[in-house]
Amino acid sequence: MTPDILTRARETALDKGEGLTEPELLEILELDDTHLPELLDLAHQVRLRWCGEEVEIEGIISLKTGGCPEDCHFCSQSGLFESPVRAVQLDIAELVEAAKQTQKSGATEFCIVAAVKGPDERLMVQLEEAVAAVYAEVDIHVSVSVGILTREQVERLKAAGVKRYNHNLESARSFFPRVATTHTWDERHRTLEMIRDAGIEVCTGGILGMGETLAQRAEFAVQLAAFAPEEVPINFLDPRPGTPFANRPLIDAAEALKATAMLRLAMPKATLRFGGGRELTLGDLGVEKGLQGGANALIVGNYLTTLGRPMEKDVDMLEGLRIPIKAVGQVI
Amino acid sequence: MGDLAAACAAGEAPLFHPNTGAEMGVEDRPLSVGAAAGLEPPRYCQLCGRRMKVQVRPMGWLAECSRHGELDSVLFDI
Repeated sequence: MTPDILTRARETALDKGEGLTEPELLEILELDDTHLPELLDLAHQVRLRWCGEEVEIEGIISLKTGGCPEDCHFCSQSGLFESPVRAVQLDIAELVEAAKQTQKSGATEFCIVAAVKGPDERLMVQLEEAVAAVYAEVDIHVSVSVGILTREQVERLKAAGVKRYNHNLESARSFFPRVATTHTWDERHRTLEMIRDAGIEVCTGGILGMGETLAQRAEFAVQLAAFAPEEVPINFLDPRPGTPFANRPLIDAAEALKATAMLRLAMPKATLRFGGGRELTLGDLGVEKGLQGGANALIVGNYLTTLGRPMEKDVDMLEGLRIPIKAVGQVI
Repeated sequence: MGDLAAACAAGEAPLFHPNTGAEMGVEDRPLSVGAAAGLEPPRYCQLCGRRMKVQVRPMGWLAECSRHGELDSVLFDI
């Protein structure tokens, strides 16, 4: 028998395109695993109705790796932990080459990332040059992720042609003090507000499996939904050696799929993108289920410091599932 | 080709573990879940155990040991 919460979710998210409330999202997360197929099917229908059948793919590159002054407990790029990751910088020619490789896979988005609290003047100039260089040679949308911004920096990124800005809230506001102590959730939130005000698309999501409760996952979903972000990256904790979260266990695939479907029911119209950790937490089969259970985008290829599946394997998987890949002209 | 790339191309057995930096046969450091799944680039030079600079790219990686030179994933046809 269909649980009452799924009937209500159908009326709210599928029929009206509206997100569920926090208590309703918690009910979704607390559903017994026997209802998972029904939940995934509903989340898939919501995605098809409000986002369409295409899946959007994206590549990412680290412009500045390591040596970050922040203490995000999941991150191997913090200079405060005994991580094996050493600081390294990419030059613009290499970055353009990476964008070309990414575009060949069918990706419509290329995100340039730097491990910083926020950009200094040198990095801002580098970014402006990098964005211009990619646009000059590659037919792809450029996103940027360089931390906490000032209003003037937001305006400069907009003027440079940055289409979308990523700044993950990472987790629920109530859980964030256990994720990082060198800056606050509210500081991240303020940057997102400036991005939204400037007319740049908002990309904000986080990492599941850092020790947050189910209630905090539901809290996180409504906090994300309040922004009506164009894109929500869904990452699963990949415990990095040397970080405070190095010994945290992975969440299981069913729990991850349930959380993905829950996020779809919180944000029927957002692009939900599987990111880092999906290979470990979901595996190939789980990713396929997730793409038929609420998610409609992927980061392909390698991540910032870790390796992903070869791009062609993901493209083959999408072909096998008969899921079309969104073209550049189709991306809003 | 640097010493590190030459050693890898020749299929020489690592003296140090590329993911943990542990001296092979002497120390035993646990692999991370990601490394065990083959989702980590090398972080330590397999000839000397030094921590390397590693740039991960969308379709590969480039590691550099200050003593033994560069190692490109292209060598492994990744």
